[in-house]
Amino acid sequence: MRSVADIGKALDAPLPEGDPAAAALFLLHSGEEILEHWLSAHDKIPTDELKEGFRILALHRQGAKGDPSFNACRETARELVYHYNLIVLDPDHEDTPNRLAMMRLVANHLYLFVSGKMEVAGLGEFCCSSKPIRLNSV
Amino acid sequence: MSDRKEKYKKVAYYHGCALEGTAQPYNTSTRAIAKKLDLELVDIENWNCCGAMEVKNVDPEIQTYLSSRVMSLAHNNMGQDVVMAPCNGCYHNLKKAEYDIAHKEKSREVVEKISAKADHPAYEAGQVETIHALDWIKFGYGEEELKAKIKGGLKGLKVANYYGCMYTRPRHIFPEKDQGGDSESTSKPHYMDDLLEIAGAVNVEFPLKTACCGGAHTLSDSDTSTKLVLNILQAAEAAGADVIATECPTCHSGLEMHQIRALKRMSAQTNVKIIYFTQLLGLAMGLSPRKVGIHENVSNAIPMLKEMKIA
Repeated sequence: MRSVADIGKALDAPLPEGDPAAAALFLLHSGEEILEHWLSAHDKIPTDELKEGFRILALHRQGAKGDPSFNACRETARELVYHYNLIVLDPDHEDTPNRLAMMRLVANHLYLFVSGKMEVAGLGEFCCSSKPIRLNSV
Repeated sequence: MSDRKEKYKKVAYYHGCALEGTAQPYNTSTRAIAKKLDLELVDIENWNCCGAMEVKNVDPEIQTYLSSRVMSLAHNNMGQDVVMAPCNGCYHNLKKAEYDIAHKEKSREVVEKISAKADHPAYEAGQVETIHALDWIKFGYGEEELKAKIKGGLKGLKVANYYGCMYTRPRHIFPEKDQGGDSESTSKPHYMDDLLEIAGAVNVEFPLKTACCGGAHTLSDSDTSTKLVLNILQAAEAAGADVIATECPTCHSGLEMHQIRALKRMSAQTNVKIIYFTQLLGLAMGLSPRKVGIHENVSNAIPMLKEMKIA
């Protein structure tokens, strides 16, 4: 598995050209790897199961269990699947380059969200389902 | 007249702290729209903080009490049964308090204890309905009626509708959403899209409409917030948007501030403008940019609006 930083660098780099389906798969796998890092950092073994046919959705579900604030990337994971499907089902579509560009931005958002949460976990959870982490100290 | 149209015509207005400060243009434009649409906003007197993010991190039950006091004021002091909160943070916290009071014995105990100490009636679940500004316009005025109010409109302005994280999450505190029909979707919210389409905008396909803007970490980890915002701005531009429409003061300020910070720190320029949806609706109804506070935004949209003959 690549490091979190390496995933970030790879998402910054130009996508492989010539095979849109392969590029879409690369982005989908990048999303899965990011979630694997989140799970490993929380002492969980990343699942190999699929949800609705996709591992990334199963990984997100696993990560959000008991940590509802992680739901803030639920739609990002789903959008990756949506764009993957669009590209793979019709790679010759005229919108494929735009769809790939957008999918890269979505994958990048997932990377930024998860890596950001991992860096500042001690400072508090994201606001949507704030976790009372300082409760023990008051 | 539909049930909600009657019910939302006069609401208790809980603008919260942001709309008196950084989000003043949201307040200005919300009030301007109310006047234009003949909807009555009754300010909640002696209101307090909803608990925002800070209190919640220290003690979530205190946040529940703070939000409950706002609802108690609306119900017991004003005789109102609807509270309209345009700020996503306030809206979220009031809905969360409603849920907790209805479902958790401990929350009810804390609310009753502190309310007694503060010498006011404790809020009881179901005494008011908390709605967002989007619900208020969509149902309190009505989409068909709104069409008739559009003067000039948004002339095909391309808009990425950005809802942020608090409007739909966590799903269980919004039991009225995801109910099919005309209810809001938590995975793909569309109320803002619906209203702005009526106003003449072209909504672009925007996959990050509920993605995190990093608002909670804007001070503790500014670089992460800047990168998250930059990604949202770039995605909106890639989707072809001229404007990102917002309905959350935290998101709005974050997008504006980090757009500038991204340019200064990362030399990453983006040109998409950030405008509250209430400002866009006001412009579409023929209100002047000044009336809806466009000049108070950090993101300077006036040249673009003039060029498109929207302002």
